[in-house]
Amino acid sequence: MDQSFVLQVRDLSKDFTVHTQGGVKIAVFAGLDLDLEAGRCVALHGPSGCGKSTLLRSLYANYKPDAGQILIRHGEAVVDMVSAEPRIVLAVRRYTLGYVSQFLRVIPRVPAIDVVAEPAILAGIPLALAREKAASLLERLNVSRRLWDLAPATFSGGEQQRVNVARGFIVDYPVLLLDEPTASLDAGNRETVVQLMEEAKARGAGLVGIFHDKEIRDRIADRLFDLPRLQSAA
Amino acid sequence: MNAALAIAPASPLLEVRGVGHFYGNRLGCQEVSFDLYPGEVLGIVGESGSGKTTLLSCLAGRLDFAEGRIRYDSRSDGLVDLATLSEAKRRVLMRTEWGIVHQNPRDGLRMGVSAGANIGERLMAVGQRHFGKIRAAAGDWLAQVEIAADRMDDLPMSFSGGMQQRLQIARNLVTGPRLVFMDEPTGGLDVSVQARLLDLLRRLVADMSLSVILVTHDLAVARLLAHRLMVMKGGHVVESGLTDQVLDDPHHPYTQLLVSSMLQV
Repeated sequence: MDQSFVLQVRDLSKDFTVHTQGGVKIAVFAGLDLDLEAGRCVALHGPSGCGKSTLLRSLYANYKPDAGQILIRHGEAVVDMVSAEPRIVLAVRRYTLGYVSQFLRVIPRVPAIDVVAEPAILAGIPLALAREKAASLLERLNVSRRLWDLAPATFSGGEQQRVNVARGFIVDYPVLLLDEPTASLDAGNRETVVQLMEEAKARGAGLVGIFHDKEIRDRIADRLFDLPRLQSAA
Repeated sequence: MNAALAIAPASPLLEVRGVGHFYGNRLGCQEVSFDLYPGEVLGIVGESGSGKTTLLSCLAGRLDFAEGRIRYDSRSDGLVDLATLSEAKRRVLMRTEWGIVHQNPRDGLRMGVSAGANIGERLMAVGQRHFGKIRAAAGDWLAQVEIAADRMDDLPMSFSGGMQQRLQIARNLVTGPRLVFMDEPTGGLDVSVQARLLDLLRRLVADMSLSVILVTHDLAVARLLAHRLMVMKGGHVVESGLTDQVLDDPHHPYTQLLVSSMLQV
């Protein structure tokens, strides 16, 4: 892989076979190629249902593609997320590849500040520093200080999303995947998220995102990646 | 970015190849192969009768398996073959490098001796003799598993189910094991008690970088604790991989059925 790229997708295909519904096969995409340079942002583009989220989840190895490669620069190495062993994928997620999903997966009993600090601790940042970083992100995202020591299960949708964003940005990942990071946020917090993304680009991170908000997409994305619509076949 | 980050542990702690066991003519489990690396949590999921507990018993040396080979990389002797390991050595491993957390704490605790003695006993079994130090370690571990210090001299009989389970965990972890087998560790507990135990297990497993083989039928528990999963059906492994991948993009018909049968809260 050329030194300027942090992520390269080659000939990637994904379909779902739903055995519980008589083995119906749904083709999502086929033969995709995508290149991402350090410090750049690619916005996935296309109508609802065209597979943007499926592609993003495949890049994170949350979904398993049927063919092709997802090459990611991981330290000195290049890892193929499609064929790598689970423990290697987990190491890539720990140090190299971040993911901000649309919804927070709440862990029972764990306070918001620790939910945010956890990825930093896993990446080897000392506890005190991790909590300091978590606090400063929660502050920037206007999460009220009285909520920090509570588990986010009872938070509002917007509050949970801000905890989620803080969790996604606490480690300086070289590659960041973002699925609607500004959804359900008010204008002020949207602006903070845009700033966080710009800061990530400025330090050299490559971003792949889904942004429905055109204004945000125009500001943050360097180019669009169009997903062609595939026909579903039974 | 640190160049050493890509270096995951190079050799497995446990190497399992083609393991199988029959009860007479009836299949328990068959052709099970995997590697477990230091710090990895492997979840084995499947419904009752899928062979997951049989497999755990083979792995933990509680059952003489008929087929295959299991090798363990021990601190003292390097790579050992579990089938040919002497009974004495196996017992030493069980006391020092391994732990077993049973679903029913009564199977893993001695109900007739105090909580402190339940923890201290493991230490004495590995040769510690200083009463003050053993008691101090027992006190530390009670605190780690969130049991009040003033319960140290009480019998486990007087504890709630959740407390007994936490005590069983303390008893297992006090000797600093590297590999812990857990059989439905949260089964039979109220959900609120279960959440507390899961949180505790998550923390201890990460802090001690334990390798764990976790048998559970509860996919939510598996998602929270396991790094990767093996799905078993009829004694065979039908699907395996990264936990979130298996649960969010299941491929095998049986895994799809399991996942789609999960209750959403």
